[in-house]
Amino acid sequence: MKLVSCALRKNASKLGESERCLSPGGDVENQQSEIPLLETRGLTKIFGSLRACDAIDLAIAPGEVHALLGENGAGKSTLVKMLFGVLDPSGGEILWKGKPVKIGSPGEARATGIGMVFQHFSLFEALTVAENIALALDGKVPIEKISDEARRLSLDYGLPLDPSAHVADLSVGERQRIEIVRALLQNPELIILDEPTSVLTPQEADKLFETLAKLKAEGRSVLYISHRLEEVQRICDRATVLRHGKVTGACDPRQETPSSLARMMVGGEVATVSGAGLGEPGEVLVEVQKLSAPARSPFAVTLKDVDLTVRAGEVIAIAGVAGNGQSELFDVLSGEVTVSDADSIRIAGVAAGRLGITARRLMGCSFVPEERHGHAAVPNMNLSSNLVLSRYASDRKTFLSGGWLGLINAGPVATATKRISSAMDVRKSLVDPMAGSLSGGNLQKFIVGRELDRQPRVLVVNQPTWGVDAGAASRIRQALIDLAKSGSAVIVISQDLDEVFEIASRVAVLNEGRLSRPEPVATMTRERIGLLMGGFHDGAGHPQPEALHAH
Amino acid sequence: MDMTQAIILTIITAATPLLLAAIGELVVERSGVLNLGVEGMMIMGAVAAFAIAQLTGSAGLGAIGGLVSGMLFSLLFGFLTLTLVANQVATGLALTILGLGLSGMIGESFIGLPGLKLAAIEIPLLSDIPFIGRVLFSQDPIFYTSIIAVFGVSWFLFKSRAGLRLRAIGDNHSSAHALGINVVRTRYLAVMFGGACAGLAGAHLSIVYTPQWVENMTAGRGWIALALVVFASWRPGRALIGAYLFGAVSIGQLFAQSRGIGIPSQLLSALPYLATIAVLVIISLNRRMTLINTPASLGKSFVPER
Repeated sequence: MKLVSCALRKNASKLGESERCLSPGGDVENQQSEIPLLETRGLTKIFGSLRACDAIDLAIAPGEVHALLGENGAGKSTLVKMLFGVLDPSGGEILWKGKPVKIGSPGEARATGIGMVFQHFSLFEALTVAENIALALDGKVPIEKISDEARRLSLDYGLPLDPSAHVADLSVGERQRIEIVRALLQNPELIILDEPTSVLTPQEADKLFETLAKLKAEGRSVLYISHRLEEVQRICDRATVLRHGKVTGACDPRQETPSSLARMMVGGEVATVSGAGLGEPGEVLVEVQKLSAPARSPFAVTLKDVDLTVRAGEVIAIAGVAGNGQSELFDVLSGEVTVSDADSIRIAGVAAGRLGITARRLMGCSFVPEERHGHAAVPNMNLSSNLVLSRYASDRKTFLSGGWLGLINAGPVATATKRISSAMDVRKSLVDPMAGSLSGGNLQKFIVGRELDRQPRVLVVNQPTWGVDAGAASRIRQALIDLAKSGSAVIVISQDLDEVFEIASRVAVLNEGRLSRPEPVATMTRERIGLLMGGFHDGAGHPQPEALHAH
Repeated sequence: MDMTQAIILTIITAATPLLLAAIGELVVERSGVLNLGVEGMMIMGAVAAFAIAQLTGSAGLGAIGGLVSGMLFSLLFGFLTLTLVANQVATGLALTILGLGLSGMIGESFIGLPGLKLAAIEIPLLSDIPFIGRVLFSQDPIFYTSIIAVFGVSWFLFKSRAGLRLRAIGDNHSSAHALGINVVRTRYLAVMFGGACAGLAGAHLSIVYTPQWVENMTAGRGWIALALVVFASWRPGRALIGAYLFGAVSIGQLFAQSRGIGIPSQLLSALPYLATIAVLVIISLNRRMTLINTPASLGKSFVPER
């Protein structure tokens, strides 16, 4: 490993020299130095009638951190899957160091010198860290030595790992470290990172950036996929922007402004969300006191002594890294899971801890869970059926008739579906399509709109804009603020700090099932949230003994 | 040979086919494939072993024939579920029904014929050990195979790289594919191993346990093997415990029935199932470990995106 990285470094320094030589204007050196490590020409992938990637031209120079920017569904993941041999291109070519190559499988990609850190679906939860790493190696290292090798490498890059731990027991940040170490063990010249910071705390992200700087210093190239403009500007040398499967720009991100990058990504201006006009909070609508709930599966989180008071007219954001009890908290707030102590959750003064979802809905609450497919909506049913499924009890008078027969009134349901769709600008090709046929953003707009349409007194939303394009996200956020303005209490569980700062009046942080005291957003900083996310409960960098122990 | 030895020998004979079939299915399920056709593959193994033994006059060739026919039968399952991506549950059930019918047809002319018994192999020296020698080391080759299979599979799954790949596929076939592991080929091999084990288990019934051909002679053992795999939480050692426990209680309750204990015979007949389930449930009380051992992609079809 040392040897190769030396060679790489030499290579990099040679490059530097030739660039210096060429500054007066030498064409020969210029050509030589500009052979990209990896280049794609007209790379295309067609799924049915969809051109997921349409004639993509991309060039990654040796030793650079290259950003691939784009919205969800812009074709970033499809592109890198082709580079890593997971998908076969429908057209175009890939050049490695100037020579055309065919990458038919991830194994071939690794042999070529490409490593990949996936965003999802690539670790095996039931296996240990060492076993996960062993799977990515091509059989030369004996299995007993992999533990030592993994430990050594993880320390070299400042990514501490316990090789004998089961992945299922690790945090998302730790899981990502495994992926990175796994990629590094192959000694790649190009490392592809797919949305690496979407699951990290700001501090963990800083650590990752240090690792990337180290890789760059060794002469390796990094292809960095993201939709976060701020970090792209911070760490990337060049950027290629994709929209609807086409390259819409190639630039030096440091020469651009966030709004110019956003324009390239979205293809237009994004409406800014404004929390102005949130008045003084009114009566207490939700009161959570000493709420505890045991973990329901070995991989779930136990909620411990959660206290939270939410008043009419305010938006409380609950920040935190995924897997710290977000879904567990949502489940007990919505009544999907009831708690033994009825008094620990009071809604408008009524003890509600033991009431189910429908009972809480009848009290004026609405809920939007995180997963769109299969939880917030049934993908294989049309929008109007999904509307009836969630509101048959609260809107019984309008939607149902025939007493206990519960016949669905098609007319009013269709009217409501239409009203919701136009209020939230849900774009669809049919009047009443299957929920699963809508794009993520459009379906989310419909689901949020479905709940807003009944003007709930209390709204609890989990990850309202996860995987939603910028336009839809700003619309959803504005709708949440508007609901609070009209005098409802809104609880937003979100991992997206930008979102938290945009819409919240107060912020609390969830860490390992504990909720920090909500603080006004005006006095909150990102650093402080980051510390709270990392388990420093006083938010000042002094770990509580227990929190230290947990890590 | 005293009474105790005789009882233990009977227990071993009762447990061996269950153990073999369970170990085979365990490997199949660890790779993420649910083959409910164990009963069908077993009965095919049984009829093939009996027929080949009759036709060639060699019980050894019969055993090999049983193994091969189980494997071939499992290939049919593999082709349907792995290549044509048919539903695994439905295909497995169909395999069982097909096996029961097909074996009945093939075996019609063999009904009532006296069978050949697979000769025991006495292991030199070890078989001279008092008591244990006669019980453990003067057995038929299929018994030895079943024990070797337990340790072999255990080593393969948890110590070898190929076994690690197989477990990885069972845990998450999409990730395994993304890492460049050949999911379909590995699953074919696992399914064939399962078929071979089930076939040999069937052969044990028709050339060791009761050397004759009786229609439907597996009598639900394939289903018990399937249940054992689940209750053993996909661990070979526990499958061994489960199979022998089941065998022991089955034999024990027969004794009890013959002695005329005042418990209804139906209840006694149910005892092996209850006892095995109870013990294996207690063993797997640690839910975290059970979850980690459960192949997460069990029964899910895999279609590589290309």
